[in-house]
Amino acid sequence: MAGILVIAEAANGALAPISGELIGAAKKLSAEGAGSVTALVAGDAALAQGLIAAGADNAIAATSANLATGTADAYVPAVEAALAQSGADIILLGQTSLGRDLGPALAFKLGTAVAMDCVELKVDGGKLRATRSAYGGNARAEVSFKNSPAIATVKAKSFDAPEGAAGSGSVSSIDAAGEPRVKVTGTSRAESTGIRIEDAPVVVAGGRGLGDESGFRMLEELSGLLKGATGASRAACDLGWYPPSQQVGLTGKTVSPNLYIAVAISGASQHMAGMAGSKNIVAINKDADANMVKVSKFAIVDDYKKVVPALIEEIK
Amino acid sequence: MNIIVCVKQIPDPETPAASFKVDEAAKKVIPAQGIAPVVNPYDPQATEAALRLNEADGGGKVTVISLGPDTARDAIKHALAMGADEGILITGPEFEGIDNFQTAKALGAAIQKLGGADLVLMGRAAADWDMGVVPTGVASILGVPVVTLAKAIEKAGGALKVERVLDDGFQTVEVNTPAVVSVSNEFGEPRYPQLRQIMLAAKKTVQVWGAGDLGIADQLGAGNRDLTLEALYVPKVESNVEIIEGDSPEEKARNLAQKLRAAKLI
Ligand SMILES: Cc1cc2nc3c(=O)[nH]c(=O)nc-3n(C[C@H](O)[C@H](O)[C@H](O)COP(=O)(O)OP(=O)(O)OC[C@H]3O[C@@H](n4cnc5c(N)ncnc54)[C@H](O)[C@@H]3O)c2cc1C
Ligand SMILES: Nc1ncnc2c1ncn2[C@@H]1O[C@H](COP(=O)(O)O)[C@@H](O)[C@H]1O
Repeated sequence: MAGILVIAEAANGALAPISGELIGAAKKLSAEGAGSVTALVAGDAALAQGLIAAGADNAIAATSANLATGTADAYVPAVEAALAQSGADIILLGQTSLGRDLGPALAFKLGTAVAMDCVELKVDGGKLRATRSAYGGNARAEVSFKNSPAIATVKAKSFDAPEGAAGSGSVSSIDAAGEPRVKVTGTSRAESTGIRIEDAPVVVAGGRGLGDESGFRMLEELSGLLKGATGASRAACDLGWYPPSQQVGLTGKTVSPNLYIAVAISGASQHMAGMAGSKNIVAINKDADANMVKVSKFAIVDDYKKVVPALIEEIK
Repeated sequence: MNIIVCVKQIPDPETPAASFKVDEAAKKVIPAQGIAPVVNPYDPQATEAALRLNEADGGGKVTVISLGPDTARDAIKHALAMGADEGILITGPEFEGIDNFQTAKALGAAIQKLGGADLVLMGRAAADWDMGVVPTGVASILGVPVVTLAKAIEKAGGALKVERVLDDGFQTVEVNTPAVVSVSNEFGEPRYPQLRQIMLAAKKTVQVWGAGDLGIADQLGAGNRDLTLEALYVPKVESNVEIIEGDSPEEKARNLAQKLRAAKLI
């Protein structure tokens, strides 16, 4: 096997957490015989140097300003140049705004396939085998690739960033990039009230069973006391009770806090897909048969309107 | 505009985990008893987007395509009842067990056979395999740009203004037509077909095309998958829950806080 190309990402001049996770995934494959790890990031040599510090064997700074648009059109030629330079036959991307578009774009451009949102990767019989969830999380599928390169996008939090294992290779640069056919005219980032939900050690999340928007004020008070973040099910977001940027699940954020308190959330597979990696789950639900109750460590079966205020008082 | 909408019929994604079964040897999902297949939930939103665009424009045409078994006709009928003009069902044994990449090739070929369109609308992902690759694939085959995860679409001359969903916010983009756009759940509720429309839809034509009509028969069949399915199973979930007891909700809450403190979780 000829090596792995990681498409790293950066935000505000620093490598994003997914970059370390992708290098962690690539190093695992490398140890299983997949070859060396080359990581590419849009930016300057200093940023690319960070990829070596994070464990990549070699790094490539993709310097074209077009890449700042984050469009697949701009990235595809850059990735093709990096493939030619590294000789890699596996490409790993994050399941992010970039990877969701670039993974399929590369697959169709290169006449191969992409496995989206993978949770596990391994070398099996000299080939990449990727595990991903399907059917909203009800099923797991293991897939391999007919053609080369094999491309996979990796779900957040599925791999740990390597610890203290800087690579020894060099940083090179490429300036190839495509002309985006899609013109970005504006971007609005969700204003983050406090700690990012992906990073929070405690997440208190609410669902449709809260009954209305005001339930979330209660949950925010609890998460504030626990120095955590507040999340929501898609049902709650679709009802307009909470911003979609705080949605947990298959089509929302992936979180794996030490403590996840699910309030009035039934535990549909698509919600679980975003939080099943939590170390400790607590369910507050009036239905003892709710799936969330079954998968939790501790559960209270009762009306959240009475339970949560009492919990807040007790913790204060 | 001349708009094509692609809709897929899938097992109900809200099937409770307890009713969800897999035939591991055949690597197939066993249809859950008494739970009818549905239209992929994002796809009526794509149909809604098509109808709204043409309504705002005061004209145009909406053609619906579905690739699947004969029952996928229901997914087409649903879009016709919403207001789409005509439908095409792509079906046949060659399409059984194909992957999303082959599906994109087949849909791309069908759209080319139709002479293309100003706009192709799809859902952000089909909630069976949860891949989200067909829109980009079809765009690549047609050689047109793609915009994914649309929340709102507006026509501006020969271009489209699209608001799309990012991981941590929203983005507005402009793209010239012809283009492919995939729609996300943030787009909002699709219209619900009324009885009169359902009856009208029964009179609309649904053409049926097979592999031979698309000229890509040699790329179909499960043996020509780009992504080989090696295994399919239901992940095991263990239940070790401790139900916190108490005489009142308040007491339960206090007991929970104690447990959490003892476990050093708070
Ligand atoms: C393609 C697709 C993608 C999806 N992606 C996501 C996703 O990313 N994230 C996501 O969350 N969902 C997602 N869903 C939706 C998912 O299938 C469920 O519909 C959704 O998670 C249900 O949200 P909920 O648990 O808040 O609501 P419900 O299922 O309605 O559950 C409400 C719960 O509240 C409890 N309750 C009611 N009143 C009270 C009370 N007073 N006190 C305590 N408990 C109470 C009830 O017992 C029930 O368990 C997706 C669905 C599809 C088809
Ligand atoms: N078999 C199919 N028939 C019609 N449209 C499809 C089919 N498969 C996928 N699509 C379209 O492509 C979108 C994304 O699907 P996927 O890439 O398979 O997750 C869906 O929401 C549909 O609009």
